[in-house]
Amino acid sequence: MLAFILRRFIGMIAVLFAVSVLVFIIFILVPGGDPASRMAGKNPTRENVQNIREKWGFDRPIYIQYVKMMEKAANGFLPGSHGEYDILTSFQNRQDVTKEIRKGIPATFSLCIGAGIIWLFFGIAVGVVSAVTAGRFSDRLITTFALIGISMPVFWLGIVMRYFLAEKPNNPPFPDGEYVPLTVDPVQWAYHLILPWFCLSVLFIGFYGRVLRSNMLDTMNEDYVRTARAKGVAPRRVLLKHVLRNSLIPIVSLFGLDFAAVLGGGAILTETVFSLKGVGWYAAQSVGDLDLPPIMGVTLYGAFFIVVFSAVVDFLYAFLDPRIRAV
Amino acid sequence: MAEPLLEVKGLNVSFATEDGTVRAVGGVDFELERGKVLGIVGESGSGKSVTAMTILGLTRDKNTRFEGEVIYKGQDLIDLSESRLRDVRGNEIAMIFQDPMTSLNPVYTVGDQIVEAIQTHEGANKREAMRRAVELLRQVGIPNPQQRVSDYPHQFSGGMRQRAMIAMALSCNPDVLIADEPTTALDVTIQAQILELLANLRRDFDSSVILITHDLGVVAEVADEIIVMYAGRVVERGSKRQIFYDPQHPYTWGLLGSIPRLDRPKPKKLHSIEGTPPSLINLPRGCKFRPRCPHAFEMCQEEPELKKRVDDAGHLDRCWLSVEDKRRLREATIAGEAQEVA
Repeated sequence: MLAFILRRFIGMIAVLFAVSVLVFIIFILVPGGDPASRMAGKNPTRENVQNIREKWGFDRPIYIQYVKMMEKAANGFLPGSHGEYDILTSFQNRQDVTKEIRKGIPATFSLCIGAGIIWLFFGIAVGVVSAVTAGRFSDRLITTFALIGISMPVFWLGIVMRYFLAEKPNNPPFPDGEYVPLTVDPVQWAYHLILPWFCLSVLFIGFYGRVLRSNMLDTMNEDYVRTARAKGVAPRRVLLKHVLRNSLIPIVSLFGLDFAAVLGGGAILTETVFSLKGVGWYAAQSVGDLDLPPIMGVTLYGAFFIVVFSAVVDFLYAFLDPRIRAV
Repeated sequence: MAEPLLEVKGLNVSFATEDGTVRAVGGVDFELERGKVLGIVGESGSGKSVTAMTILGLTRDKNTRFEGEVIYKGQDLIDLSESRLRDVRGNEIAMIFQDPMTSLNPVYTVGDQIVEAIQTHEGANKREAMRRAVELLRQVGIPNPQQRVSDYPHQFSGGMRQRAMIAMALSCNPDVLIADEPTTALDVTIQAQILELLANLRRDFDSSVILITHDLGVVAEVADEIIVMYAGRVVERGSKRQIFYDPQHPYTWGLLGSIPRLDRPKPKKLHSIEGTPPSLINLPRGCKFRPRCPHAFEMCQEEPELKKRVDDAGHLDRCWLSVEDKRRLREATIAGEAQEVA
């Protein structure tokens, strides 16, 4: 087990390294031209361009450029003050990218953790109910709703939810916009997040429900389920202990990766529609401004979560499925 | 004759499917006495497994129709409520299945799965149940049971898994053990060990055994009584001696003739039964074996009932041929091609 963890950890670092190289290639090498003059923004002074060129090492070999870029990305996390060109700063407003990402984290985490719990809970509930009643009316009804949920574009759903539940009526049941920090007022925090939580969850609930339903229907036909029934085990216990337990294994890997993706700034549409100033919103703004350093920063940040969570999924797998532990 | 422990009377099982009604079992009768081994033989799709699973109510479904009775200790298991039936399953009638590779849940230890069987029916605490699981594994011949009890199924070989399945089935001292092709997925040396184990356990636990197989060699080994099934029907029923030395039904001859045997002259070509089993949705009229039977005649348009036709107690069959014709004709099937060589 220890060897497994160690191996996985080394793999994680290797993947992160590969991602950072890719980011470097995509953002520095591929666009071509002089990266220093691109970074200096509109109407740069000659000294400014020269300054950037030196600080980023654009007049030196490619691997030095890579190291310089990573240094700047890392400097944002380190304590102490750094000069404007020692850290990753946006072209547009010269803000520290790392600082901006960190500013977005509370909103993004609040949105994603809440939504993650909601979609996991309802996704499993939907899957179990429709598998147990497969073929009957409730299953068909749930299937229809699940397909509608999967098909609805998030930006449309979000706008409709905002319009009808937070703006249109005279006394809208939900507040509109603005993130209230958890530390300021937990009740208002949750109240303000209910709509975004559900908006982000709908797609995943429908999707997880469908996946779990078919997993469970497959598992119900497994020989070991028949064995459990032949032992006289009660149906509820057969369902939970034998069918659901085995059907949830693939859901764990789906959840790990989806959750990492939204934590890593993937909830761009939900954050934008509800003006939640999280990491996804920041990414959307930067893309709109063609502001490369923040996009680089968010990409690295997102990759970090994906890699970490896929390792977590692997550990959980080993825990959930003893056959993997042996490998 | 002693009061039978389990009695199946006129059992019919059919499944409604999109293609039509599948008549999987159409008229099965047998009695099982305490401490005896009943062998059920027949090829795939003959209704052996459906019969066995129906005894435990495992075929119950909204698309399944049952007729007939399965009398166990004075109650009809077909009509028994699901919750009462659960008290019988695993406790009084236990079952082991064909494929030990897939019959154990991969995510729980072997011990946990035996403990689950014990705790389902008895109020034993976990420690006590685990102690018994170790003892059961020892009884079925698993080495180092103390350690192996906390292994997962994938750490067991096929033969060991089937032993673990048997240990699980025996955990509540069942009166009847149904073994559905218990050796089919195992290689021959392991098959012999498992059969020997079953025979010993029947003695030690005083259980009756229903042994389902397509392999006459397996029933020859351990069965007291044998029923031969074809297309959901019992076509012949008798003691091991009667079935092997005085078989009455042409299908039984075909089965016997297709076993390579060392105690007879070597045939030029091993016998095989022509054709394939009938579709259970469109069964042939009359005798179900008629389309494949080389000895079919006009009478066979009508289905013969299962009754005593030969002067030997307990030997029943479903064939219109006279006993003399049968005895004459069957030699040609069982050993005919051998005579050409001789």
